[in-house]
Amino acid sequence: MYIELKNINKSFGNFKASQDVSFGVEKGKLVALLGPSGSGKTTILRMLAGLEHQDGGDIYIDGKLVNDVSVQDREIGFVFQSYALFPYLTVAGNIAYGMKIKKKSRQEIEEKVKYLLNLVGLPGLESRYPDQLSGGQRQRVAFARALATEPQLLLLDEPFAAIDAKVRKELRRWLKELIEEVGVTSIFVTHDQDEAVEVADELIITNEGRVEQIGTPFDIYRNPKTPFVAQFIGESVILRDYEYEKIRGYKKQEGASSAAIRPEFVKVVPADSDVEYPNGYMDGVVAHADFRGSNLELTVEVNGLELKAEYVLDEKGLKKGDPVKVFVSRLYTFDEKNAYTVINSSLQTGEIYYI
Amino acid sequence: MERKKQGMILLKVLKSGIVAWILLVLVWRFGAAFYTDDFLPGPWVTLKGAAALVADGALGTDILVSLLRVIKGWLLGLIFAIPVGLLIGNFKTAGYIFEPFLNFFRFVPAIGFITLFLLWFGVGESSKVALIFYAVIFPVMVNTIAGVRSVDEALIEASESLGANKARTFFTVVVPSAVPNIFTGVRLGLSGAITCIVAAEMLAASEGVGYLIYTSRLYYRTDWIFTGIFTLGIIGFIADKLLQLVGRKWLCRFAVR
Ligand SMILES: Nc1ncnc2c1ncn2[C@@H]1O[C@H](COP(=O)(O)OP(=O)(O)OP(=O)(O)O)[C@@H](O)[C@H]1O
Ligand SMILES: [Mg+2]
Repeated sequence: MYIELKNINKSFGNFKASQDVSFGVEKGKLVALLGPSGSGKTTILRMLAGLEHQDGGDIYIDGKLVNDVSVQDREIGFVFQSYALFPYLTVAGNIAYGMKIKKKSRQEIEEKVKYLLNLVGLPGLESRYPDQLSGGQRQRVAFARALATEPQLLLLDEPFAAIDAKVRKELRRWLKELIEEVGVTSIFVTHDQDEAVEVADELIITNEGRVEQIGTPFDIYRNPKTPFVAQFIGESVILRDYEYEKIRGYKKQEGASSAAIRPEFVKVVPADSDVEYPNGYMDGVVAHADFRGSNLELTVEVNGLELKAEYVLDEKGLKKGDPVKVFVSRLYTFDEKNAYTVINSSLQTGEIYYI
Repeated sequence: MERKKQGMILLKVLKSGIVAWILLVLVWRFGAAFYTDDFLPGPWVTLKGAAALVADGALGTDILVSLLRVIKGWLLGLIFAIPVGLLIGNFKTAGYIFEPFLNFFRFVPAIGFITLFLLWFGVGESSKVALIFYAVIFPVMVNTIAGVRSVDEALIEASESLGANKARTFFTVVVPSAVPNIFTGVRLGLSGAITCIVAAEMLAASEGVGYLIYTSRLYYRTDWIFTGIFTLGIIGFIADKLLQLVGRKWLCRFAVR
């Protein structure tokens, strides 16, 4: 592993901001720290940068123990949430800041600034000042500044948080491509799932100062390992007290009394439709139907439960009160500590049947 | 269209601050009508008195002498107060040691030290410059310290993560970030210097605007006192405008306004 955190602990007063945090990042990977607000993401990033010092545990970068290496010497590029551009320096001055410290020649600096501005898509803006740039442009300059010293690790704290939704989407893709092009190992913090899933090779899910789960976005999405992850990822409906027993195709699992059900795993069809696994379907009624442009967001009542589902609009559509058939293809049950992926049993027998 | 244009002109006139001056002269003229010239000279009488002072060159000399003292004391004050303020603001320990002095003496006005300074620095120029120096350093230090302490922590961290050591960060981040506050201190310092020139020139001076004001009472030349007062006001007004202009021109990058 290129970056390695081992049993990191950090408290602010009595408050434990990091508890036994351990994870590794391979060279060249782009990793997201994803978790709710206050879960300790920024703290982890700051300890990696050397801006904060852990109370216990070790941090390795490229095989070297860096516990006692100062911020200045860690060779890390840090992109701050607020960008932290020097307002009294031009764009070129900002980008050149780190290179001047490294005593690069004037010519080299000039060329590098030019190259980086091209790279981030802002050619010719050398002599602008930060307050003459848009939020997205400032973000790009902050990015160029962090890359200018050719850091061994790039850390980004909520890089898109202050940018409006539309530009944010563009910037995400841009960032991913750019990081791939430069090839620098990167860790970025976000509390936006879509962003994490879209950009990162790997996710590290944090909650209350702990690491809950590490894995590829697909893996974490399909197989959440802890109750927190099962509930946090996606927009799940949570059922308690073995209520999930009422859903056809699922049996009570001793101990795991709760279940999380994501809308994308709930299939809803009009009551008169033909279906593939008839014995997996239940009869239900549409309780709410919200139009979301390309699809309907449904709430259906089934066996006394309210489930959320997505319904791709066909010609007929569905409205409140319509009778429907409902099929739940998978759900996540969980107890106090673990989460389990459960597939609808009629699907499993179905598979055996058809093979 | 026409009305809008007229409105714009009116607004410009209002904004120029000229209304205040007209109002002042009117009220003054009105008030002066009820009293003798010795008690409250009107604008016209004052202007005539001023003309006499200008004609024999006295006012010119007084202004020059006072300005020189103000500038000397002010510059010396800046040279001392800005670096000291930067240090106190930047180093906690320095703050603990020196700030109590600051918070004590800044409430003691320069005028309270007149006799002492005369005693310590003699009747020459140095006592006057010292008094102005004293009046200048406190606003400058207080504002400089506030400037240093309000530097955005993220900028400091950005600088350090880019490899800058403490000293470099101090000069390339802390100082430039504090410039707007320092500049405010510099302006307040200048007004402090001009304000205290009267006090400074009450000490055994033989020239200067403060001297003019102070000694005119001996001859019952109330019009000269008025002349002196206006001269001070005008000097201050112009000096501050000039300073602002310089700030806008050279320091606009540091967000000085
Ligand atoms: N310097 C500090 N002093 C005291 N408490 C702190 C300090 N820094 C962070 N904390 C606390 O540690 C916890 C974790 O903070 P952190 O900034 O790492 O959260 P985060 O996951 O980045 O949250 P967000 O998404 O809101 O940025 C928070 O409860 C915060 O109040
Ligand atoms: Mg944070």
